[in-house]
Amino acid sequence: MAEKSTVTFIITRQDSPDSEPYEETFHVPYRQNMNVISALMEIQRNPVNANGEETSPVMWEMSCLEEVCGACSMVINGTARQSCAALVDQLEQPIRLAPMSTFPVVRDLIVDRERMFDALKQVKAWVPIDGTHDLGPGPRMPENKRQWAYELSKCMTCGVCLEACPNVNDKSDFIGPAALSQVRLFNAHPTGAMHASDRLEGLMEDGGISGCGNSQNCVQVCPKGIPLTTSIAAMNRATNLHAFRSFFGSDKTL
Amino acid sequence: MAGQRDFYWRRLHSLLGVVPIGIFLVQHLIINHFAVYGEESFNKAAGFMGGLPFVILLEIFVIYLPILYHAVLGVYIAFTAKNNVAKYGFFRNWMFKLQRWTGIITLVFIAWHVWETRVQIGLGNAEVNYSLMEGILSSPFMFWFYIIGVVSAVFHFANGLWSFFVTWGITQSPKSQRVLTYVALFIFIAVSYIGVRTLIQFAYGV
Repeated sequence: MAEKSTVTFIITRQDSPDSEPYEETFHVPYRQNMNVISALMEIQRNPVNANGEETSPVMWEMSCLEEVCGACSMVINGTARQSCAALVDQLEQPIRLAPMSTFPVVRDLIVDRERMFDALKQVKAWVPIDGTHDLGPGPRMPENKRQWAYELSKCMTCGVCLEACPNVNDKSDFIGPAALSQVRLFNAHPTGAMHASDRLEGLMEDGGISGCGNSQNCVQVCPKGIPLTTSIAAMNRATNLHAFRSFFGSDKTL
Repeated sequence: MAGQRDFYWRRLHSLLGVVPIGIFLVQHLIINHFAVYGEESFNKAAGFMGGLPFVILLEIFVIYLPILYHAVLGVYIAFTAKNNVAKYGFFRNWMFKLQRWTGIITLVFIAWHVWETRVQIGLGNAEVNYSLMEGILSSPFMFWFYIIGVVSAVFHFANGLWSFFVTWGITQSPKSQRVLTYVALFIFIAVSYIGVRTLIQFAYGV
């Protein structure tokens, strides 16, 4: 395995949110079963680039290391994915790492995903249960519904679907697929359903569900296999019905 | 709270694309197909359509205003997308890109087509009949311009119909969306045939 003694990484770096990005190449000693994060750790331990010059260690974000937290998303060889689950043996070399372009860069491979959390606020993606007294147990949930809702609950706000979406960019205010699917999740919850129309109103706000252009990249790239486009179509129906009911119907205080 | 105007504007855009614009497109191509049965039968059909009661009002409310609205918002939509088929070359992503491209091509084509036919007829420089189209399409350049324009318009309609079913929440499951892809493909081929066949008739008389 002599040819595999080192692995070459070409990393897009950026020193601060406002500075210009640049590329830096690193040769990292190969170890069996290494992933992109273990290579980044190696660079951190010995921050010397391919020219033998000492440089600042490459910064990245990580937490769980098992593809459930979403923090370590970056663009690896052109596609956005989690660096913890990206095994070096399965990647074409040299391996190119870049921050996700949809989000503002904080430093090197670290991006600020705050817009995703703002989107969750816009659509009220939570179940309000706080009260002044014990509300007792909630209603039961049909098993079939629980099963598909569980799939939707796997969303880790990693940002890969936003990165792949052609309609999420600096010219549009579209909040992206992740939050749309979360409305379906929380509206399916028997207690969450009590606030279903509030969430649908959030989806109908500018930048909401109407920003979807059906390219369906999101469902192809989602690392958790969430049926995002099914959720979007379901929320299309729900918002349309809600719009009709709000205008023609009687379920509203005048 | 942000406004909700975008939502209603986009829903109207989706609706108008099918009703009335899509229906008009199919109707227009079918009526034109009379040309294949001979000059006289085309002139009779075109004369009937042109002689409908309140024809100018029908044109304004069923054709001009809906297309104008669909076009203006459509151009905005097309130019706010950042196409990325090079990185994410999935089938639907290609359809997304082609939908925007054919929209722009169709707009250019329709603008020229309306100028050359309806506006000239309105100004009294031309008359709706077989020989008008024969004259236009006898030039090979215009023939191919019309072929590209008609096929673009039909693609935009067929693929737009697919999106319409998603936007209105009718097809939600992946399976139903897949079936509709085949239905849209069939509509694209069938309606393209009707349009192209007519153009060949005008251009080559066969």
